[in-house]
Amino acid sequence: MKENEMQHPGKSQTEISTTPANDNVRNHVTCPACGLLCDDTAIEQAETSALKVIQKGCAKRVRFFEQALIESSPRIAGKPTSLEAAVNKAAKILADSNLPLFAGLGTEVQGMRAVMQLAASAGATLDHMNSDSSLRNTLVVQNAGWIVTTLTEVRNRVDLLVVIGTDIVSYNPRFFERQIWNTESMFGQNTSNREVVYLGGRGLDTSHGISPDGIKPTVLECDVAQLPAVTAALHALVAGKELSAKSIAGIPTEALEKLATRLHQAKYSVVTWVSSALDYSHAELTVQSITETIIKLNEKTRCSGLPLGGSEGDYSANQTSTWISGYPVRNSYQQGYPEYDPYHFDTKRLLQSGEADSLLWINSFNAERTPPVTALPTIVLGHAASQFDREPDVFIPVGTPGIDHIGTMFRIDSSVTLPLAKLRTSATPTLSEVITAIEQAMKLDGLDVD
Amino acid sequence: MLIKLTGGRVYDPAHQIDGKVMDIYIRNGRIVEAPRADEKISQEYDLRGKVVMAGAIDMHTHIGGGKVNIARMMLPEDHRADPVAHTEFCRPGCGHAVPSTLTTGYRYAEMGYTAGFEPAMMPVNARQTHLEMGDTPIIDKGGYAMLGSDDYFLRMLTAKQDQNAINDYVAWTMHASQAIGIKVVNPGGISAFKFNQRALDLDELNSHYQVSPRDVLKALSRAVHELGVPHPLHVHANNLGVPGNMETTLKTMGASEGFPMHLTHIQFHSYGTEGDRKFSSGAAAIAESINKHKHISADVGQILFGQTVTASGDNMRQFANAAHGSPKKSVIMDIECDGGCGVVPFKYKDQNFVNALQWAIGLEIFLLVDDPWRVFLTTDHPNGAPFTSYPHLIKLLMDKSFRNDMFTKLNLDAQAMSTLTSIDREYSLYEIAIMTRAGAAKLVGLHDRGHLGVGAGADITVYTDQPDREAMFAKPDYVFKDGELVVRNGQVIKVTWGSTHTVKPEFDRGIEKDLKKYFDKYHTMNMENFKIRDDEIAEDGRGKVIVQACEGRREKSE
Repeated sequence: MKENEMQHPGKSQTEISTTPANDNVRNHVTCPACGLLCDDTAIEQAETSALKVIQKGCAKRVRFFEQALIESSPRIAGKPTSLEAAVNKAAKILADSNLPLFAGLGTEVQGMRAVMQLAASAGATLDHMNSDSSLRNTLVVQNAGWIVTTLTEVRNRVDLLVVIGTDIVSYNPRFFERQIWNTESMFGQNTSNREVVYLGGRGLDTSHGISPDGIKPTVLECDVAQLPAVTAALHALVAGKELSAKSIAGIPTEALEKLATRLHQAKYSVVTWVSSALDYSHAELTVQSITETIIKLNEKTRCSGLPLGGSEGDYSANQTSTWISGYPVRNSYQQGYPEYDPYHFDTKRLLQSGEADSLLWINSFNAERTPPVTALPTIVLGHAASQFDREPDVFIPVGTPGIDHIGTMFRIDSSVTLPLAKLRTSATPTLSEVITAIEQAMKLDGLDVD
Repeated sequence: MLIKLTGGRVYDPAHQIDGKVMDIYIRNGRIVEAPRADEKISQEYDLRGKVVMAGAIDMHTHIGGGKVNIARMMLPEDHRADPVAHTEFCRPGCGHAVPSTLTTGYRYAEMGYTAGFEPAMMPVNARQTHLEMGDTPIIDKGGYAMLGSDDYFLRMLTAKQDQNAINDYVAWTMHASQAIGIKVVNPGGISAFKFNQRALDLDELNSHYQVSPRDVLKALSRAVHELGVPHPLHVHANNLGVPGNMETTLKTMGASEGFPMHLTHIQFHSYGTEGDRKFSSGAAAIAESINKHKHISADVGQILFGQTVTASGDNMRQFANAAHGSPKKSVIMDIECDGGCGVVPFKYKDQNFVNALQWAIGLEIFLLVDDPWRVFLTTDHPNGAPFTSYPHLIKLLMDKSFRNDMFTKLNLDAQAMSTLTSIDREYSLYEIAIMTRAGAAKLVGLHDRGHLGVGAGADITVYTDQPDREAMFAKPDYVFKDGELVVRNGQVIKVTWGSTHTVKPEFDRGIEKDLKKYFDKYHTMNMENFKIRDDEIAEDGRGKVIVQACEGRREKSE
């Protein structure tokens, strides 16, 4: 059926054209180097296929876009080979495997769609390289829910920002520049009057919390590992309880009382954390302590959470997995239908216990995020510059989304998805192409375990 | 390839065909004229004794986008109870309250549905909505873009900008978000909640913009009409779920000053305050008012008993309802100065007074609205119940004794407050075909769907006529999508990918100059990235964009 047969031409249609790009400058390019996905990037495409960032940004952005184009060949046991041979070998490994583990999952939406399809036909288990940290948030959503907000709301409304256990900028360098100290805001707020409080952490770079007028942020230091006690105390104080302790983890109770009062008085406070900075066991309980405090505050005023951090496509992989299978990672198709189990499907556990019998690792954004060392048959579909402590059985270089091919990515606040651009010509295949080829090879050779 | 469907009993209300035995011919995915005698029939289906209708269309179902995926993510316990293994044709997934996208498409098709429309697509979140709909197989889909609490629009109202400028913004939004309709949720109220207002009645002012919900409804209903968009403004009114909200709803019907409006999940907006518990049915007054106001249509948003989850753009009301949730957890979001969302799981119980009365109120509305072209069969999936309960709902409408039997199982106090058993009406097959096919297609503006006339897309469902209407509608004998047999005996046998229906009304592109400045100043994404290109929907060759005709710009406002 031809497409035009399906359409009513309609006399009233017009098209919105996209802005024509200058000859060699691409504007409003999305930067996937951190969870903020700033899309004010301008990139100059030089004839050498090198890319140059020509608009304001951050070091992460420059490092990401100006990485050299490396064309490396697929390898089997370290020896260069054809794509076809590598694909066939990978298909054989997966077909011979009872419980293949697909981990890393450093990809975007379209890549993850392909991964989900192969996982279903191979009966694979799925885990993302950042699951330890993203589960600290996911488990709270599943246990209690939360009240959260998004970047544009923060940019235009926040009057009190509470930052818990992090400096933010190590993860999201431009957060303060774009969301807090922006000069103009929708509702006529003088943004330099915004208050910033850092709660927890030691020796953090709090200079970004200084307002353009030079007003310093409040800094209440404690060890990150003490945050369970500190956030519980703040929750109690916000709920109107009295504490007999004079200090909590070295922070004077009086200072926490003052913070509770400021939160009650604020019209639109935002409490933010980076789950990977809360790197201790059961940190999800700390996140829940924060989110329950926020829910309490909303009885009378407005206050919202804002989980930050995010990278390597963690939000994209989770969202895509959730709509296709019904579950975020860690999940599994081993039984022929999707199952979800954050404990049992942990990469570390599956490798150590010997339950998994092959590993397919994906790191398309970042050459440094290579797989954990294991004696299991290992396939890596990864960044061309990846270097390994133990050479995988099969290595197939794949393109970097947002540079080598288009894609779609979820921002850290999960409400906004942005298109990724193709900025240079590369012979390296996309992850989706390689995955689809592996699936085809499994079917053609009758290797499909189904 | 010429296919003949022979001798079925056809219900095609768009052509006033009510159970006539006739043949239907399909070629290249379309219904065609009877061929010449010398033309070869490639395939024939003997449908003698069978009931034939167009594929059903769900004009209001939450199948994609941020709040739906939050609901999926927060309810692993619900999915665990309904795992779906792969079959020869279908990939695995899971079902119940908010099924995975793949399972959603399969299950709709297996019930004879060939299209579903996501009614709360936030423009800033539209890309995600289309991604999820793009992974929903077989059925066609589309989305209604949510406006009415977005800062740009409310600013326009505050500044008393002329209607033409508003029309341009509405049209621009429809293009950018690839929408087929415009939805307004708690007009102005999602924004008001961000300024800490906890309720907003029709004539109350948003404290910042000094604009009332009535102002919002007037401007948007007129814009949609003047742009020639077939689907009237889709309205989720203020005060959802509040006892006594029927007064707001009755006033809302007049708020558009005659411009067409569709009032969605009206059951949730039809509550009085009579009785000891100050909660009563407003169905009679609501239905009477719908009967009188010909510019108003409604879908019901029937509740059915069991576990589900409510997912809505109405963060103000969802925050207020969170305490009633079960299991007790909820996600409430403010989103991008554009909208918001609230997700609250609910378990409706027949022994709960309020739930039992909600059930009765929904059915009373169905049965008291005279014109089946202006009332539509929905559960506001998943808010009142999962869409998989439609066959049960159809039986409740078509079978009075079944309905009355169910009624006797309700909470006794609720029974005492309802007049349901005094209503004798039973829907006919023809009326069901209006509600779920011809009427829905007309309302949404799908010119080539919902009917079986020559030129229509060959979306066709074939049932065995059974006295048990639930069994009949749960498992069609055949479902054809664009002329391809996709379901046999209630099971998917072929997976296709449906299309995405949109409209692209004409507008003055000059508005982009101001919008670009606005985005650069206040937003965290570039205006160009806000727009969704056709090829993002048609990617992988799986989907495509169908542009349904607008009737052209109606009279230009002075």
